[in-house]
Amino acid sequence: MSLITPDFGLLVWMTLIFGIVFFVLAKWGFPMITDSVQKRADRINESIKKAKEAEESLRNLASEQDAIVEQARKEQARILKEAASSRDALIEQAKVQAKDEAAKIIEQARTQIAAEKESALRDVRKEVAMLSVAVAEKVLRKDLETDAGRDELLGRMVDEL
Amino acid sequence: MRLLFILLSFLMPLAAEPEVEMDMDEYLYGHVRDSYEWHITTVKGKPVSIPLPVIVISKTGGGVHIFSSKHLEEGEYQGFSIATSGKYENKIVEKGPDGAEIRPWDFSITKNVLGLMINSALLLFIVLGTARWYRKHDATEEAPAGGAGIMEMMVTMVEDDIIKDCVGEDYKRYSPYLLTAFFFIFINNLMGIVPFFPGGANITGNIAVTLVLALFTFFTVNLFGNKHYWKEILWPDVPTWLKVPLPLMPAIEIIGMFTKPFSLMVRLFANILAGHFMILGVIAVIFLTAKMGAAVNGGLTVVAVVLGVFMDCLELLVAFIQAYVFTMLSAVFIGLSRPKAETD
Repeated sequence: MSLITPDFGLLVWMTLIFGIVFFVLAKWGFPMITDSVQKRADRINESIKKAKEAEESLRNLASEQDAIVEQARKEQARILKEAASSRDALIEQAKVQAKDEAAKIIEQARTQIAAEKESALRDVRKEVAMLSVAVAEKVLRKDLETDAGRDELLGRMVDEL
Repeated sequence: MRLLFILLSFLMPLAAEPEVEMDMDEYLYGHVRDSYEWHITTVKGKPVSIPLPVIVISKTGGGVHIFSSKHLEEGEYQGFSIATSGKYENKIVEKGPDGAEIRPWDFSITKNVLGLMINSALLLFIVLGTARWYRKHDATEEAPAGGAGIMEMMVTMVEDDIIKDCVGEDYKRYSPYLLTAFFFIFINNLMGIVPFFPGGANITGNIAVTLVLALFTFFTVNLFGNKHYWKEILWPDVPTWLKVPLPLMPAIEIIGMFTKPFSLMVRLFANILAGHFMILGVIAVIFLTAKMGAAVNGGLTVVAVVLGVFMDCLELLVAFIQAYVFTMLSAVFIGLSRPKAETD
């Protein structure tokens, strides 16, 4: 039966046509498609991997951030403490300085007062001396108005010599 | 119900035509065999067909003859005629000196050859069109839509499901052949189901076509088989008395080398041919019952149409499955021809 006996002419044509189709498709058809699809699959895999890595690094970044914040907080506390202590020291120092200054001023005032007092006393003394001299003069003048008085005085002075 | 009446009234004149005995053999085989012209339909008893070029090389010294097949309708032309009976029935023959029919070298562009050409051109257009999309676009940035998208899906399916799994490691080397085989068989199967020109040629249901496909697989398997493959054939791991003095196992293995592609050839051929026969048989019911009266004929026509639709759907499935199976078994045979060194 002709259905199951291959016809030679058709065999030749089929070999030729299939050969050409195979050659053309193997050269310009399927590799182009499969390679492109492969490339896209590779790229998708790559992208997923990268996304995972990014997620990972983001998580790391968050913890890193927390660490930085923590450190900053510690630093802040330390600085505040330092500031407080330095302020205390400064106040202490100022107090001491003020006390010293005050003492010095008081000392100065005291010496000045003493000097003033001295000079005042001297003035008073001088005044008193002047007054005494004036009184003595007056007394002397009265005494000398009389001869007896003058003689007595002269006598006393000679005596005294 | 109304549809049925319309169908019935439509078929009335057909039923009322003078009785013509239907030649069932001619009807069935005429539709599935190769021919020198492409018969499209018959209008009022006159065949409407596309004449195809006949190319024959005479074996009796007549040289190369190229002429249109329409000259053969009237009988003999340039010493060639189509045999009506005998060994070369429906083939071009020439008369030998003793009056016996001699088959010349026949390279005619027959219905199947033209069908092959049309389907191959279609396949090239589709696949190269898809490849062109990838050439014009950056496939890593976007995926194709439409036709190229369908092709990508099918190519990826065949490569991932069949080729990678069955061939193994160096599948890339074989993937163009297996993909070509798949799409070649698939498109020819599909075009075989289309009932009018340019479809309808029974290409993958022709033994010569499936023989060539099977031979391609045979050579792919055996030309690229590695040394372990040949060792398994010629000196398999079986008790020595099975190999010497009578090479029992090697003989079986060598027979197996040929039965594998043989089964490929017969499976595709028989499945597609049987599908064509089934559809033709279902449709034949309409014409066989034509003289049984309008009611019977009309009823059975509806049944035949419904069954025909069902068979066509089935054939669509078979078209895919047979292409899939041929490709998968070819891939399996290729995979078997490249075994790794046995570790045990």
